Amino acid sequence: MIRRPLRPLARIIAAREQGLDPDRKEAEARLAKVQSKRKREHQHAQFRILLIACMFLGGFGMIGLRMVVLATTQTPAEIAAIEAKKIVSDRADIVDRHGRILATNITTTSIIAHPHQMIDRNAAAEGLARIFPDLDPRVLKRRFAPPAKFLFVKRKVSPEKAQAVHDLGEPGLVLGKRETRLYPNGKLAAHILGGAGYGNEEIAAAEVVGRSGVEYWFDERLRAQDTLGAPLELSIDLTAQSIVEQVLYRGMTLMNAKGASAVVMDANTGEMVAMSSMPDFDPNNPPAAPKKGDPADSPLFNQAAQGVYELGSSYKLFTVALAMETGIATPDTLIDTKPLRWGRFPIREFDNHNYGPFQSLTNVLVKSSNVGSARLAMEFGVEAQRALLDDLGFLSPTLMELPAAKSAAPIYPKKNWSEISAITISYGHGLSATPVHLASAYASLTNGGLLVQPTLMKGGAKIDPPRRVVSEKTSRSLRYMLRKVVTDGTASLADVEGYEVGGKTGTAVKPKPTGGYYADRVISNFAAIFPAQNPRYVVVVTLDEPQDIVAGKPKRTAGWTAAPIAGEIIRRIAPVLGLRPLSGRGTERADSGAIVTLASQ
Amino acid sequence: MTEMVYRATGPTPGEALLSRWWRTVDKVSLTAALFLFLAGILLGLAASPPLAERNDLPRFYYVWRQAQFGGLALSAMLVVSFLTPDVLRRWAVVGFFCTFAAVLLLPVFGTDFGKGAVRWYSLGFTSLQPSEFLKPCFVVFTAWLMSASFERSGPPGIAISFMVAVFLALLLALQPDFGQAALITGSWAMMYFVAGAPMILIILLAGLVFGAGSLAYQNSAHFRGRIDSYLSSEVDPTTQIGHASSAIREGGVFGVGAGGGEIKRTLPDAHTDFIIAVAAEEYGLVLCFVIIALFLVIVLRALASLLRERDAFVRLAGIGLAAGFGLQALINLGVTVRLLPAKGMTLPFVSYGGSSLLAIGISLGMLLALTRRRPQDELEDVFGADR
Repeated sequence: MIRRPLRPLARIIAAREQGLDPDRKEAEARLAKVQSKRKREHQHAQFRILLIACMFLGGFGMIGLRMVVLATTQTPAEIAAIEAKKIVSDRADIVDRHGRILATNITTTSIIAHPHQMIDRNAAAEGLARIFPDLDPRVLKRRFAPPAKFLFVKRKVSPEKAQAVHDLGEPGLVLGKRETRLYPNGKLAAHILGGAGYGNEEIAAAEVVGRSGVEYWFDERLRAQDTLGAPLELSIDLTAQSIVEQVLYRGMTLMNAKGASAVVMDANTGEMVAMSSMPDFDPNNPPAAPKKGDPADSPLFNQAAQGVYELGSSYKLFTVALAMETGIATPDTLIDTKPLRWGRFPIREFDNHNYGPFQSLTNVLVKSSNVGSARLAMEFGVEAQRALLDDLGFLSPTLMELPAAKSAAPIYPKKNWSEISAITISYGHGLSATPVHLASAYASLTNGGLLVQPTLMKGGAKIDPPRRVVSEKTSRSLRYMLRKVVTDGTASLADVEGYEVGGKTGTAVKPKPTGGYYADRVISNFAAIFPAQNPRYVVVVTLDEPQDIVAGKPKRTAGWTAAPIAGEIIRRIAPVLGLRPLSGRGTERADSGAIVTLASQ
Repeated sequence: MTEMVYRATGPTPGEALLSRWWRTVDKVSLTAALFLFLAGILLGLAASPPLAERNDLPRFYYVWRQAQFGGLALSAMLVVSFLTPDVLRRWAVVGFFCTFAAVLLLPVFGTDFGKGAVRWYSLGFTSLQPSEFLKPCFVVFTAWLMSASFERSGPPGIAISFMVAVFLALLLALQPDFGQAALITGSWAMMYFVAGAPMILIILLAGLVFGAGSLAYQNSAHFRGRIDSYLSSEVDPTTQIGHASSAIREGGVFGVGAGGGEIKRTLPDAHTDFIIAVAAEEYGLVLCFVIIALFLVIVLRALASLLRERDAFVRLAGIGLAAGFGLQALINLGVTVRLLPAKGMTLPFVSYGGSSLLAIGISLGMLLALTRRRPQDELEDVFGADR
């Protein structure tokens, strides 16, 4: 029962007194009330209906706008889809300086399975296992089980095998054409070439992209449509490279070294004629990058361009060069070689030799006197040393066209290049750089004093205008001194009849990863020029932990290990590179007028 | 002045039925509905032959069926638009109970045609989807209850209608048919909004809808799959939505030309749920905008005429019907352009589908009947509205 309000008594009495019908009066009042309530409701509703209308207008407007946006733009996915349609599997060849193929493409086949389209999965698995004995039919059956819709069975398959798969008649097995990068020379120049793999891949085709080496560095150039017909010409000489690798491998085995590298560089242009690092790998089937351990122990590691080492006495050439450039000494100036202490550090000669109270500048290099170098460094000082090493490129990665080279930053005292740093650096400790650094510095110092930039491109990297690092005269004296090291000094095993080899040995004890130095582990290297009178090529050979037993005693110094290997390399490649031997024995003084005859190229 | 007075006093009792109808009905909306139907036939000519070929039927089988149903739907629309609000209400309430029972009995007698949701009655020559007919009837039923609650000593209509709406929405969600459930709830919410829902309740309700949505998301794989495919930023180009988006992109402003589209071959629902993608691909943005404009005309004109309406029942029923019609179009278009998660819903009058077409004809007929010009209580409203 809903309670109804009582009649408003006062108004009814008033109406009755005026002789009006009170019921009628009340009905009128009620009507007015209902009407005003309805009107309120109506106004309320009108406002809300307007809101709804706005909502619909907005909703349809948004849809219209969205349609315009959709109709006029491309989504990233669509753009990617369009680009994916144009998979370019072509890749330019790579050739050596004489146009011989180093890398090319062959067509192979990929076997792709679409298990959901297979008529008989088990038969397909067994058929594949018959064709490819390395596949396990049980594993294949498991991989073909639903919900698998797409999987690679084999990446690279020969035409015969592909035909056999085709003959299975299974529609769920698809043969996809693949361009495969082929390195017909196998391991030759592996670290230079690097390797290539598949990038964007679809069933019918796949991109071939460079993974390392020049394949990676020149990836865009190799895949560019407009230069596909023109092979990438490297400065490498395939024959020289092959000889260098043979000799280096034999040498490394003979000297019981765990690693070795060799660089042959054109002394005037900086072109790499050969570069090798042992152990090496087959770029057709490169090993996986090591997940643990020292990456430098992997065959993938390029010791020549990537390995950063303290290279020892080879650096004395820079010390001697600077002494002459700054006017401190001439080749015949006598240098104090009496035992030396700097603070509490004794500066010792190798094997605690004593070379007497004085040695000429030439003999400081020939006999490899640490004390003499230290005295010179104290004389010309930190800044001059730093400036020369910077000029020679020792304070930054080389500009050679390899990702490995770019990442190999030399290690040197960046903030605290003190006098003791200058002293140790003067004989090759405290500044670590790559063998390529060393080779290009030797080239720059001995070719007449003009800076070269190491490069793998045929024709070399022109430095314009030419930059002089030392004077012509200093350069000539350095050539004479280097020749003297071979004829009278530590590197006699490197001499090659008729080719006037000059060079400097370096034997650096290896730093322990925990600090300090090993007693019996060394990096031995030999940086050579030939012919010394007018150097055409620089050869740097580095051995990691060599140990040659001679007469029951272990020999680790570079003169016994790296130098003979460098000599053998020079003996074999010089004729190949078009150099004729000098008539008779090499001269004592390279600048005394002996004639070097070069074969016409 | 004469006209104003004439209208204010209402049609004379003796006036012929047809002339009164013609004079009072909203002729613009009527035309718009006709054009929407013609657009549907035009698009069906393009979209349905591939399907007919797949099903080994004559090339234009579906177009012919659509024309037959369309004729039926247009007739129904015209007939219904003749009804007065009182008669309309009576029939619709009866209709509501019948369709309600039909939806309830679906699990027993219905069929799913292998589509994973039991929504249809198979009648041999055709199939019926009772939930399509339930929608307009439910709207009228709700309007009746709500307007009754405004009367002195009236029943608690809003509460009752709310419970019915929730029950229906659950029933439809169980089929599962989330599209229809959303439409039922949406229409009811609009009506309640106009009936004077307190603002705080509206906010609470929005929260509730969100909560129910998340519940459905967690408990229904069907629903979750659709939401997930919507939320993932990358459109898988092999999904229906992906095809629809690329069709719109292909079409551009003027389209690839009649019959030149490809989406009708790749999308199984090109002639129903994704008909606008066919329009966009073959006739470009131009036809899409025409179709959107037609929907807007119908909805906005109905709302404009309801602004003037003083009768609570007519107002509410009209709002519910217009909102249901507009929302259905909005959701269908919103799904195609990827503004909303995928949901199976037809585009009113344009998409192919017998039940859908007929039901839309009936609801539009109801809307036309309710928006016919009628004498209003107060002279000032007539002046006010016409000024």
